[in-house]
Amino acid sequence: MKTNVVLLGCLSLLSASCLADNGDSSAIHRSAGADQANAGLKLPAGFKAQVVAENLGAARHIAVTPLGDIYVKIQSSKPGKAIAVLHPTGSGKTDAVKTFGAYRGTGMVIKDHYLYTSSDEDVYRYQLDDKFEVMYPDQPEKIVTGLINRHQHESKSIALDNAGNIYVNIGAYSNSCQQQDRAKGSKGIPGCPILDSAAGIWQFKADKLNQTYGDGVRYATGLRNVVGLDWNTAQNQLFVMQHGRDGLFDMFPEYYDLQQGNELPAECMYALKKGDNAGWPYIYYDGIQHKKMLSPEYGGDGKKTGGDDAIDPVVAFPAHMAPNGLLFYTGNQFPERYKNGAFIAFHGSWNRQKGQKGYYVVFVPFKDGKPSGNWEVFADNFTGVENIQSPGQAQHRPCGLAQGPDGALYVTDDVKGTVYKISYSGK
Amino acid sequence: MKKITMIGVALCATLSFLSAQTPKKPAASQSSAARGKKVYEQYCLTCHQVDGSGVPHLNPPLIKTSFVLGDKAKLIQVILKGMQASEPIDDEYYSNNMPPHNFLKDQEIADVLTYVRRNFGNKASAVTAAEVKTARAKN
Repeated sequence: MKTNVVLLGCLSLLSASCLADNGDSSAIHRSAGADQANAGLKLPAGFKAQVVAENLGAARHIAVTPLGDIYVKIQSSKPGKAIAVLHPTGSGKTDAVKTFGAYRGTGMVIKDHYLYTSSDEDVYRYQLDDKFEVMYPDQPEKIVTGLINRHQHESKSIALDNAGNIYVNIGAYSNSCQQQDRAKGSKGIPGCPILDSAAGIWQFKADKLNQTYGDGVRYATGLRNVVGLDWNTAQNQLFVMQHGRDGLFDMFPEYYDLQQGNELPAECMYALKKGDNAGWPYIYYDGIQHKKMLSPEYGGDGKKTGGDDAIDPVVAFPAHMAPNGLLFYTGNQFPERYKNGAFIAFHGSWNRQKGQKGYYVVFVPFKDGKPSGNWEVFADNFTGVENIQSPGQAQHRPCGLAQGPDGALYVTDDVKGTVYKISYSGK
Repeated sequence: MKKITMIGVALCATLSFLSAQTPKKPAASQSSAARGKKVYEQYCLTCHQVDGSGVPHLNPPLIKTSFVLGDKAKLIQVILKGMQASEPIDDEYYSNNMPPHNFLKDQEIADVLTYVRRNFGNKASAVTAAEVKTARAKN
């Protein structure tokens, strides 16, 4: 019996690989056997998911208008393909997709009557008409320009407050500010010069054209890279998710074993005030010991603490899961406990060894501006495979989050360009 | 049942691995590739992944790219000098920098490149320590 099962398993895998060689990718997707109820996602009881659109390309951040139209930032530099506009029909599915814009990038936020977007160097805005449709798709206003982009951590993710300011992530073009990036044994550069123009959140005016570094304020520093950020309206404060550093075990096996390399440092949520410093590159946050630790590039050894002037995180998540989207839920559709809580889309890890982690959307309940309970997985099974070993195996990776006018939660996937809508019906 | 499937998958992986290895290759380059696997696991795997597929948009794949299959001298220089994220690979950009691995010995570089050029679906010739030595001397 056992042999038969083994042989059968082997045969089906073999046939799958034959199909793969013939380039018939649809057959492979079927063979994964994903549960197509709830668009293949696992959700808490009472929630349902549907696919609003798919095959959009690398769908990054997303915004939904008060009338339910959806704007998705596509990570593509193909002319006319940078932003997708979805106009869902009664069934919720989108038939025709319009696109415009010609720049890579991630940022996508709607605030009042403007759509704000970002390339990897600039921030734009488009005026919206009374139906919240972009009036001049080929003529965006460039509000911020000339931000540093050296490929690594290039996403200029954005958020807006209620006082006319826009907050822009400028990620560090480095892992840990070493003399030689990611090189084994290379020391950290004293007085890390990257902090002057990157590794922080910059604040600009939302309505002023052609601003650059001199016009903005370095609002918070010591943040390696922030892709997911959101303005918490209940708290009137900016919250960000940092992508923590890589390579503690790979580069410093004398201080860290493989397991510690997998589990350190924490992926951190920070609540920011103007002038805050989160400590990169000099420290990292150990979510197991709950301590700020001196980076090995700057004299650390896995035991020495540091960062007396650095803020503590609000929530520490497991390492390397790559938080790409943050959304504070203000809707009325979901049960009361979700109100003002945080959803985080974890893109999923690549630099754990012997099994990756993340690839899900989590929820953290909040009360009075502070977490009121542990984080929990909210939407799972984006990858469509069990025990994922490598990000290339993932059929979908969560990236951006948005809330619809009816209180539904939207999630993008930047592998295939799927947009999911998650609703609560209680059934 | 899950266990049985897992065994099936493992067995299958082993079988297909073995069958992929059987085509006649000179014994010397085969043992070089075997040593190279260990070098790969220690220095390359985290970024380029267990299956050589890399990380989309971050770290390049090692599967049938022009860098891996092409000019050996150029490939050896990637190991020796590393590679900046600003350099495209087959028209794609990858965000992470690769650090130099010039601390590896000539034989280790030959081994790991032979391993990479003969695995992950690649079928290219072996790299020898002499070729690495020549490339290193040019720097």
